[in-house]
Amino acid sequence: MAEKKKRVFNRQKTKTAMPEQKPEDRIRNFLEVPLGYTDEMAISEAQRCLGCKTRPCVTGCPVDVKIPEMLELIADGDLPGAYSKVKETNFLPAICGRVCPQEDQCEKHCILGKKGESVGIGRLERYIADWDLNAATEEVSSTSAPSTGKKVAIVGSGPAGLTAASDLVQMGHEVHVFEALHKPGGVLFYGIPEFRLPKKILVREIEGLAKVGVKFHMNYVVGATETLTELRDRFDSIFIGVGAGLPWFLGIPGENLNGVYSSNEYLTRLNLMGAFNFPEYDTPVKPGQRIVVVGAGNTAMDSARISQRLNPEQVTLVYRRSRAEMPARVEEIHHAEEEGIQFKLLHTPIEIVGNDKGNVTGVVLQKMELGEPDASGRRRPLPVEGSEFTLECDSVVVALGCSPNPLMTKVEPDLEVSRRETIVVNEVTMETSIPGVFAGGDIVTGGATVILAMGAGRLAAKGMHHFMMTGSSPEAEV
Amino acid sequence: MIENPRQAFSCSLPRIDLDEDLVATQNTRKVHPPLFIRFQLRYTALVKDTIRHAQISIYEPIQLLPGRSSLGFKILKKQVLAPNTVLFDVEAPQIAAKAKAGQFIILRVCDNGERIPLTIAQTRPADNVVTIVVQELGKTTFDLCRLNEGEEILDFVGPLGKPTEISNVGTVVCVGGGVGNAVVWAMVQGFKAAGNKLISIIGAREKELLILEDEIGAISDELIVTTDDGSYGRKGLVTEALKEVLDREDEKVSEVVTIGPVIMMKFVAKTTEPYGVPTQASLNPIMVDGTGMCGACRVTVGGKIKFACVDGPEFDAHKVDFDELMSRLVFYKDMETESYERARNEKCRLMQQAEEVE
Ligand SMILES: Cc1cc2nc3c(=O)[nH]c(=O)nc-3n(C[C@H](O)[C@H](O)[C@H](O)COP(=O)(O)OP(=O)(O)OC[C@H]3O[C@@H](n4cnc5c(N)ncnc54)[C@H](O)[C@@H]3O)c2cc1C
Ligand code: SF4
Ligand code: FES
Repeated sequence: MAEKKKRVFNRQKTKTAMPEQKPEDRIRNFLEVPLGYTDEMAISEAQRCLGCKTRPCVTGCPVDVKIPEMLELIADGDLPGAYSKVKETNFLPAICGRVCPQEDQCEKHCILGKKGESVGIGRLERYIADWDLNAATEEVSSTSAPSTGKKVAIVGSGPAGLTAASDLVQMGHEVHVFEALHKPGGVLFYGIPEFRLPKKILVREIEGLAKVGVKFHMNYVVGATETLTELRDRFDSIFIGVGAGLPWFLGIPGENLNGVYSSNEYLTRLNLMGAFNFPEYDTPVKPGQRIVVVGAGNTAMDSARISQRLNPEQVTLVYRRSRAEMPARVEEIHHAEEEGIQFKLLHTPIEIVGNDKGNVTGVVLQKMELGEPDASGRRRPLPVEGSEFTLECDSVVVALGCSPNPLMTKVEPDLEVSRRETIVVNEVTMETSIPGVFAGGDIVTGGATVILAMGAGRLAAKGMHHFMMTGSSPEAEV
Repeated sequence: MIENPRQAFSCSLPRIDLDEDLVATQNTRKVHPPLFIRFQLRYTALVKDTIRHAQISIYEPIQLLPGRSSLGFKILKKQVLAPNTVLFDVEAPQIAAKAKAGQFIILRVCDNGERIPLTIAQTRPADNVVTIVVQELGKTTFDLCRLNEGEEILDFVGPLGKPTEISNVGTVVCVGGGVGNAVVWAMVQGFKAAGNKLISIIGAREKELLILEDEIGAISDELIVTTDDGSYGRKGLVTEALKEVLDREDEKVSEVVTIGPVIMMKFVAKTTEPYGVPTQASLNPIMVDGTGMCGACRVTVGGKIKFACVDGPEFDAHKVDFDELMSRLVFYKDMETESYERARNEKCRLMQQAEEVE
């Protein structure tokens, strides 16, 4: 056995706190809220890891990041080593460290969590990725394989598409990414706000891909500008990562009043179009002084928190279940509360009311109580009769979730889709009903997470490589 | 408190107050000694960097990407059709090859610009040309109308929406108003090619504003022109002319299609309703993405919510809630006026400066 350095352990029971902008300051800017660990904080946090042989944390990670090894390398101060360790399995660590729901993944399984707080794995992942970002290591990708002469098309430039693009270009294929919007990144660009994921980080990853030869075609709607069938003639294999972009509405009266936004529209106006900077940026947004956000997922938290930065009188978040059921990352819920967002839990909107100009003036809410658990295991919210009242407001942002956009699939009869409009794939190879066409990310799972989309992109890249090199569909055990 | 939050966001660097105590305790924690030598305390640097990152690059154009396929979409021809109404031939091969009558594109002129939809007036696939007709109404169209031949439109995406359903139904009446006549031009070509008898009714406020009369006239079997002030053609509204056509004893109108100001379409629908003639209206709500992703383009048709960009833009005019559409279209009016004014004042200021220099 090789000689092992003696490890230093830190017995602290709680996570090393991460410095943050104070709530009263951050609601007046769009800068990132958590500021990241210093070297010292990172090292002492990494020294909390026990280096468990059974590696429970890894079982919680959808892409099997080698967490104990990464932590040990950080604890030893080998930052380049730690960075390449993460990069082995996670293509976008700077992004995942910021947006993954770690409390449901790696950190949930961490041994230390049984008697205190888990290791701050997400924070350390972010730290190590930021270290690389700041060190600006010009990582010349000499690792990429010789050209195979094969061409692949990636439809959609969200995390699924970018990951597949990255893997495929490394394998020596010619990669073309087609994106409907004018900026690449998918939800990472138009959905998740700057204060949670600085665009700089995303842009850097995308520029990195462009540097190693990935071609980006913006303003290209597959299904409209060119159909999938036509793409199949031009490319040897195709990956579909178009996300779940069709917003759900409440289906209650008054939903077409002015001032009712889907969270997609609201966040797109602000993040993608820069509406918070009107009139420097031309796109307007009109949330008014009193904003109601409906929902409790990440999208709802982002909508509420971005609203709080527009200098409103009040931002209220309405959710029909209780706090325990809120699906957003714990950190975002905490941040939202700190920033002064009012939570109206166990309430549901039943009507949106407006004035003679067709503008929102309020939302009628009904109280809910929790009944028996439903199929999802969560207690079903039941309306309390006669508890209706009107909450005055100027805008309502509906953040209930999204389903896949049928724009592309509906013109491809050969592509099998489920009743929920998701694309049906072989779950092991990610191949669709059309040989050589693969899919992954939210288009397959419905709205999920960045890391799952990345994992799917990676899996599909493997299958596509197999398909192109052998001419046959990958077997289930690839 | 900050008076105007926008200023706070756009001008200076916001100040970040760190929790000094927290930083202090964290920094004094024991660390593995050799590390101190290898890695300097980089705390301040890190914080500063975060700020700088945010400031410089949120919306920097990604067209800087080396892999980007094209920088923009070139204007091959610019022709002023009427005061404030300009025709552009834009080089967009894929869109030209695909587009059908009734579909639209979304464009953005500059990197801080807005995305606006414009219905396609004509395509010439052999020349890679997509023709659009623009009326200067706000900031984006102001910027657009100031572009010249040889210059580029930054983003140009399409063809979006469903094409007009065109088949041989017999006699079709196309009713257009204002800049909507550009789309009538596209539609008459389609309907004619399918073998229909075509009656076009096109209107404008006054003679000067009437566009594409010859082009539409050349294709139509009959052309009726109206102006509100009677300065050309018949005096009056398109709906009056339409009613007369519908009343003709010897003519059976099978379908009416209409595009133009919402109020006009509303009354076209009202006019044809008693006759039971199927009527399609091409709607023009505010849009953002144009692919069904945001719902900004919601319209109510037959009591149901539809997304005009993917379910339309053409709908059964007898079922469309035009009043709601009108109210949704004016929601941002004040802000649009503000940014339009700003653009015009800026232009004036630059022109003055130029004069002073001369
Ligand atoms: C506001 C918000 C906050 C979120 N926060 C978190 C979080 O904190 N943590 C987390 O893990 N997950 C979060 N999620 C979920 C996560 O962002 C998604 O699961 C993930 O982005 C899915 O990736 P994707 O690659 O499948 O699709 P997307 O990111 O949706 O990307 C799809 C891309 O394809 C493009 N496209 C669509 N149709 C076409 C077409 N026909 N032709 C060409 N291009 C097309 C789209 O424009 C888009 O750019 C959040 C989602 C939202 C909306
Ligand atoms: S479970 Fe926790 S303590 Fe154990 S190896 Fe993983 S991070 Fe370290
Ligand atoms: S414009 Fe966004 S859905 Fe129609």
